[in-house]
Amino acid sequence: MRSSWNARWPEHPAEQSVDAKALTERELMEIIVCIKRVPDVSEIEVELARDGRSIVTRDLDYDVNEWDNFAIEAAVQLKEAQGARVTAITVGDDDSEDVLRRALAMGVDDAVHLMDPAFEGSDAWGLATILHRAIADRPRDLVLTGAISADQARGQVGGMLAAMLDIPMVALVTDLAVEGGTTTVRHEVEGGLERIEQVDLPALLTVQTGMNEPRYVSIRGIRKVAKAEIPVLTAVDLGLDPATIGTGAVRVTEEGVSLPTRGGGGQILSGSADEVIAGLVDRLQQQGGF
Amino acid sequence: MRKILVVVERSRGALDETAFELHSAAKELGEPAVAAVLMGEDLAAPKAELVRWFDEVHVFEDPRLAQPDGDFQARLLAPFVQREQPLATLVPHTNTGMELAPMLAARVDAPLIADAVTMEVAGETAGGHVRALRMVLAGKVQARVSATGGPCGVILSVRPGAFTPLDRPPEAGGTVHSEAVPADVSPRRRFVETVTPDPSAVDISQAEVLVAVGRGIEDEENLDEVRSLAEAMGAEVACTRPVVDKKWLEKSRQVGTSGVTVKPRVYLALGISGSFQHMGGIKGGPFIAAINKDPAAPIFDVADVGVVGDILDLVPLLEEKIRERKT
Repeated sequence: MRSSWNARWPEHPAEQSVDAKALTERELMEIIVCIKRVPDVSEIEVELARDGRSIVTRDLDYDVNEWDNFAIEAAVQLKEAQGARVTAITVGDDDSEDVLRRALAMGVDDAVHLMDPAFEGSDAWGLATILHRAIADRPRDLVLTGAISADQARGQVGGMLAAMLDIPMVALVTDLAVEGGTTTVRHEVEGGLERIEQVDLPALLTVQTGMNEPRYVSIRGIRKVAKAEIPVLTAVDLGLDPATIGTGAVRVTEEGVSLPTRGGGGQILSGSADEVIAGLVDRLQQQGGF
Repeated sequence: MRKILVVVERSRGALDETAFELHSAAKELGEPAVAAVLMGEDLAAPKAELVRWFDEVHVFEDPRLAQPDGDFQARLLAPFVQREQPLATLVPHTNTGMELAPMLAARVDAPLIADAVTMEVAGETAGGHVRALRMVLAGKVQARVSATGGPCGVILSVRPGAFTPLDRPPEAGGTVHSEAVPADVSPRRRFVETVTPDPSAVDISQAEVLVAVGRGIEDEENLDEVRSLAEAMGAEVACTRPVVDKKWLEKSRQVGTSGVTVKPRVYLALGISGSFQHMGGIKGGPFIAAINKDPAAPIFDVADVGVVGDILDLVPLLEEKIRERKT
């Protein structure tokens, strides 16, 4: 079953040789972790830009997407336990180099920065297309992504990438082990339950938060990798037609953003701390809260 | 006219509530026929129920479909969608739906709108131009998105709970169509087992009063204050996912779509932003009180009473006042 992207973007010739060479014939398991730099909005009041199409990003702090951080840790733990080469990849502008350096400081072996003005404005399809081209001709036994990203929260890129690579995928993974050419994963399913499944490599797993305890990255750790070379690959390097990616090629158009309509909520108590707490105690008591 | 496909999910053998929610969602896209797609084994009962709701019911009955597997589902549904050429395919944005939707979209070359909370057809129905709202940036911003489908239409994954099912089936008298898994498609994932929850774990699902704590707790040590407050109220302690991710509380205390579903009388939310993943686990319309230092936190939209402030300051005070009141 071949889908249309193959017709439009021919497979790189090198891909065949990668597929032909199974993990058992290689010395090291190859793990690729796809990561993304995102703004942290958990503690801030979001402000819309005047154009109504974006938010004001001036005062935002950016960091690696939380889910991706667990994915990096999972890859590094596999490397430490049984040996692997781990490569972190991101699609993003100059600033995204930070999250790659952070991944290197956590123990990732290599970083690859996919950067081109033509990539800007890509939707999930575009990002998956770019990642696909970057990954398809590399050795890859295990591809890890975060289950979703904190900014767009689409949860699409991993699944699209798996389909484009035509490798099996499991979402929302909370534990994983690799033995021989097979990974055994635990993942979240409906009803708050978890299931254990096995998949032959190569496979793509999307990682859920809480899978492990991501190691702390110190400033000293970042300094140690400050000079590590991070190759930048552009659309031309990847053999991508710029018309297939970026703003001009989005499948899903973002027409605008707005703040959710307020209201429907109850009373917000005001006054001194003593007054609001007294009011809260009244309401809790009326409702049988104690 | 091109039809709308609705992928229905089963949970523990029965039809999932999202099947009926997506039936309502499909009606937002005009008047085309709505066809349910059912996958699994031993499907007599769900099939009989679905014909009362949907114009067509397409059934893939196969023992290999007993366990939901989004990877297998996407590969077997791709040729089916290519044959049906629907205006839109609706998939529940559940754990399995999150696997199925992007893989299916990539395989049939269709745009995917993920986690839609509204949907409509813009302009001429025939054009297949679909618009939807979806939440971004931790639910703080809503984005208006649109997509124009090709031969396989548009795929939308739909947020559970976003649409209200009809009170009773419309008695659609749907036709049943037996479908076969293509010969060249077989599962690539091997089911081992479902993890059985620890029977000795605390059961918050039956608690009348819950004191729930989120990210705002900041540090594990501060949980003592929350435990003490819960004890004063005769309540159980519950929490959000980030608290479990930090291993500060047990998974059995996590309320939400990936945790426990609760139906208390009173829910006191402390330092909880109110993500839909968390709120999705609270059923039965309890009285909700919330304390959060972020006045824009979505929890205040659903709370019956709210206090804007730091729980680290206010929880000890709250406990003190409650103990006073009880004496």
